[in-house]
Amino acid sequence: MLERQYTITNNQGLHARPASLLVQMASQSKSSVTLIKEGKEYNAKSVLGIMSVGAQKGDVISIRIDGPDEAETDTKIQALFKTNFGE
Amino acid sequence: MLGVGVSPGIAIGKAWVVKEENLSITQQSTRTPTEEIERLNDSLVSVRRQLEQIKERAVRELGDKAQILDAQILVTQDEELLGVVREHINAGKTAEAALESGVEFYAKILEGMDNEYMRERAADLRDVGGRIIRHLLGAKQQDLSNLTEDYIIVAEDLTPSDTAGMNKTHVLGFVTDIGGRTSHTAIMARSLEIPAIVGTKEGTSRIKSGDLLILDVAEGEIIIQPDSAQVAMYEKQRTRIEAEKQRLQKLITEPSLSLDGHKVELAANIGTPKDCTGALNNGAEGIGLFRTEFLYLNRDRLPTEEEQFEAYKSVLATMAPRPVVIRTLDVGGDKEISYLNLPKESNPFLGYRAIRVCLRQTDIFRTQLRALLRASTFGNLKIMFPMISSLDEVRQTKRILEEVRAELKQEGASVSSEIEVGIMIEIPAAAMISDVLAQEVDFFSIGTNDLIQYTTAVDRMNEGIAHLYTPFHPAVLRLIQTVIENGHKSGIWVGMCGEAAGDPALIPLFLGMGLDEFSMSAISVLPARELISRLNREELKKKVPEILQAGTAQEVKEKMGALGY
Repeated sequence: MLERQYTITNNQGLHARPASLLVQMASQSKSSVTLIKEGKEYNAKSVLGIMSVGAQKGDVISIRIDGPDEAETDTKIQALFKTNFGE
Repeated sequence: MLGVGVSPGIAIGKAWVVKEENLSITQQSTRTPTEEIERLNDSLVSVRRQLEQIKERAVRELGDKAQILDAQILVTQDEELLGVVREHINAGKTAEAALESGVEFYAKILEGMDNEYMRERAADLRDVGGRIIRHLLGAKQQDLSNLTEDYIIVAEDLTPSDTAGMNKTHVLGFVTDIGGRTSHTAIMARSLEIPAIVGTKEGTSRIKSGDLLILDVAEGEIIIQPDSAQVAMYEKQRTRIEAEKQRLQKLITEPSLSLDGHKVELAANIGTPKDCTGALNNGAEGIGLFRTEFLYLNRDRLPTEEEQFEAYKSVLATMAPRPVVIRTLDVGGDKEISYLNLPKESNPFLGYRAIRVCLRQTDIFRTQLRALLRASTFGNLKIMFPMISSLDEVRQTKRILEEVRAELKQEGASVSSEIEVGIMIEIPAAAMISDVLAQEVDFFSIGTNDLIQYTTAVDRMNEGIAHLYTPFHPAVLRLIQTVIENGHKSGIWVGMCGEAAGDPALIPLFLGMGLDEFSMSAISVLPARELISRLNREELKKKVPEILQAGTAQEVKEKMGALGY
């Protein structure tokens, strides 16, 4: 199991586009991917799950990955955040 | 039935009514949960396919802006949503009732967020939900992107997103319940050269899909289920209009000269780079107004400098060496951009809009100016600032422009040294001090749409007072005269880019006043050129003082009519 913290830097927070990218990435993974904000857990393979987090710019969230390809998924998700979802 | 004719021509064809139907949803299922889940899965697959097709088309037409459809496609396979839906089905509900509950559950969450953008996504979610439910119920999908036959589109109103995915080759005309000459439907119809009648109030309630319609735009009349004699008569008229169009085609390459040899410029108003084709095909001598809002609308974040640069460069290069007046961002008023999170205002037309936004959120403004200056070497660029009400704004704006220019120079970017800088005159305050403003800028462009609304205190979107909204009001015409005179005293040119500039009933007056440039919908250019070729500028000039003595809009019309053009 891997867990990593991220700060949201997108102007509009995790809006439809970054949420879609994260979900597409998470859905390719064989592991479970969970987004955690203020102790609440959300399924990162659900675009509605992610959007209902309502994560705004500046919010700190964690992403927990648990499963056979967790390392690979973690690398991909890190890259997504590092490039600010291409924005 | 009557409305306001906003895009000329005659259309004859079958109606396609875009209407939100009330779907009746049965709650308790008589099928087994397994059967319901199978129905659900079938519909999900079909809807996903529909959305993917729409997305493909949207990507071709809108590029980056199609991304919102990705999220909609993901909704059709959303684990969380479908989990909730399956629970409801297992509790004995029908697939459609279960889906409706699931969608509402998440739509409410999105609506409850204190972020305008997310709240709007609730509508997108309900849109997908409705699509799936309609499929489950076998109801017809009202989708303008999948028209396979020719239709006249009848709707309450059309939004930019409705028309973005529309298959335009099958659209013969538009009829809407609401809107006026400057509504989105009207502007879009004119740029596509499709006949349109708006503001019919009862179009969608009186017209049924499949009804034969005749749109007589000149009269603002819609004939529902005409008899064969009427069809024959209008067919004949349509043929005549086509012939007239052919005749005007000959003027495409001619200069715009009055009978006594006075030259003016007839330019086109455009909203996207694609509109340049229409402008050139209609003989426009330049672009008098390129509205840049399209770059900012229908998307979820600001356009980058590169995206803007490409769009400006494309227009400048296509039109070169003709002049292109590009107006900086005019957001606010009736044009909302959700991701800017501008607060709701009770009086948006008098609020935080256009240059007021740009002078406060200068990062947005600077990005646009950088893109404009970088594109300047590809053609004949003129930059225009909207909603100027004071000299301070002009000076501030010019200062920022110079800072951006210096910055680019330092970076080694090449910028044309011949860019004219002008302002829109659309606020009475600016018209009144136009003598002072003229000393600071290279040109004026009179924006009549807003100038009328601000001068006469008539909201141009308000149907109830639409009869008070008129360019013939003597107060408006006197302001226009003042602006032209003041501009000429300082040796700068004065144009006009509102709808009035293309109005054949007013062109003689404006020509007499000395207007230098008329910018209008592309389709109005050739008729205007033909009209001007029959007008004697020097004679009209002598009539101006008398016409401006008129007390009412009606008197102005009568005096203009008496000129006999």
